[in-house]
Amino acid sequence: MTPIQTPEPFDPIIDVPPKAPEGHKSASKLERVLRAGEFAVTAELNPPDSSNPLDVLEAAQPLREVTDAINATDASGANCHMSSIGICSVLSRVGLSSVFQISCRDRNRIAIQGDVLGAASMGVSNVLCLTGDGVGVGDQPGARPVFDFDCMSLLRTLRTMRDESTFLSGRKLSTPPQIFLGAAANPCIEPLEHRADRLAKKVNAGADFIQTNYIFDIELFRRYMERVRDMGLDDKVFILAGVGPLASAKSARWMRSNVPGIHIPDPVIERLEKAEKPGEEGKKLCIELLQQIREIRGVKGAHIMAYRREHLVGSIIEESGIMKERTTGKQPAAQQPDLKQN
Amino acid sequence: MYFLRRFTVRHARFFEGLYNTMESTMIAFDPLSRRIGYNRLERPVAIVEKLTKGLLFDCQMCGQCVLSSTGMSCPMNCPKNLRNGPCGGVRPGGLCEVIPMMRCVWVEAWQGAERMKYGVERIKVVQPPVNRELEGSSSWLRVVREKAALQRSLRPSSDRSKHAIARAFRGARKIEPAAAPVAVEPSAALSEQAVKESTAVFTDPKKFGLEK
Repeated sequence: MTPIQTPEPFDPIIDVPPKAPEGHKSASKLERVLRAGEFAVTAELNPPDSSNPLDVLEAAQPLREVTDAINATDASGANCHMSSIGICSVLSRVGLSSVFQISCRDRNRIAIQGDVLGAASMGVSNVLCLTGDGVGVGDQPGARPVFDFDCMSLLRTLRTMRDESTFLSGRKLSTPPQIFLGAAANPCIEPLEHRADRLAKKVNAGADFIQTNYIFDIELFRRYMERVRDMGLDDKVFILAGVGPLASAKSARWMRSNVPGIHIPDPVIERLEKAEKPGEEGKKLCIELLQQIREIRGVKGAHIMAYRREHLVGSIIEESGIMKERTTGKQPAAQQPDLKQN
Repeated sequence: MYFLRRFTVRHARFFEGLYNTMESTMIAFDPLSRRIGYNRLERPVAIVEKLTKGLLFDCQMCGQCVLSSTGMSCPMNCPKNLRNGPCGGVRPGGLCEVIPMMRCVWVEAWQGAERMKYGVERIKVVQPPVNRELEGSSSWLRVVREKAALQRSLRPSSDRSKHAIARAFRGARKIEPAAAPVAVEPSAALSEQAVKESTAVFTDPKKFGLEK
């Protein structure tokens, strides 16, 4: 597999964050790939429960050579892990591009606006704005939910910071954050008839790219994309469809009933149940979905969420053949530095 | 009350009309209200507003009502307090992620909006975050002050942050001036009474009218 990410180690003490190229909103590699019309791939990193930066690099190891950006989740499922801003900071120091996920659940407008400036100062150029799961599903259900912003007002605020160079208070920024703004979409969840309208609202609020939640129901997703194309949204925003390998029928059922916003149709679970090696079958299913998604007009990339199965991401991408037509971002593997020594 | 809340969304079109009539009446009375003083009107109107809207919409008195942009379904009843929902966690059947026995406030909102005259175009406008300073104050009076001030083309509040929010959320400012208010607030509107109640939204199931 040819590596995608070009290592450009970035040390915030010495370097100034790179400037956005002409016509781009950020210096993000992901934005460059998407604007070049290439099929982009991002993947989610399993955040460590540790303060050791090497644990972050180890988790990034299986993803760095096969993705355009690595998503650092912000306590997803309301479970406590290393913060997304911390992960992004470590990744940017070894030259890996990251997607800084911000959930509105844990921080208010004062904290979030400050965090975005801090992240941008460390070279982070992709931000994903999320509402966040309720605290009840996480490991600390007694926590106080914040939800000061919602994903829309967060998007609009960050767009204001970037384009108008002001905080939401109207105070001027001397250097605005050059960030590529992302949002999530959940095409297979009710109210299905309004999901595309909601996407339009997110584009209106400031989204430049979209990463969807898990797609297991390709028919629902096709219908959604049809609506999206009818509304002309696929030209206004880069849509990356989310996929992931399921481990077994049992874990699929658990996800469906315990993780908010995941729709897995019964035939998928039955298929895993009948399979001799459910893990293999889950991977095969993921590859098939990727290939089907690749053919849908308006989809500009894929987002792979392989929680605790990150080692499979490389082979999933390779076997699906979605990267065959890629021309940019390739570099001989020999030039890649060993992350462990950095 | 949960039952009445769902009733009002089912009859969103009627309540939209009622609201519009009430609004223009109150704006017509603006000269009188100014003579009495919005300061003095604030407390009694807020009490009436809390009682009626509390009964009909389970109103939480956020002080910046956007009901006509949310299909007459109060967004403050969403456990995540989303002003631009629904989130991606809606359960099958349109039920809430956090309170599974409750219908998603935003699924209701989109249905209500479809029944209204201007509902669908309004629900598509990005609403600004809630200004917690205004909690507990009368949204009715705020709308009237904002619109009357606009008609008299007065220079409104000089508060920079209010103007910044109004600029960033221009669409909302145009259709829901109380959601991004810039008219001067009378001191009585900034009382502390509702601050204590703001946390109860998340924890007290009675607030949702689901427990007796």
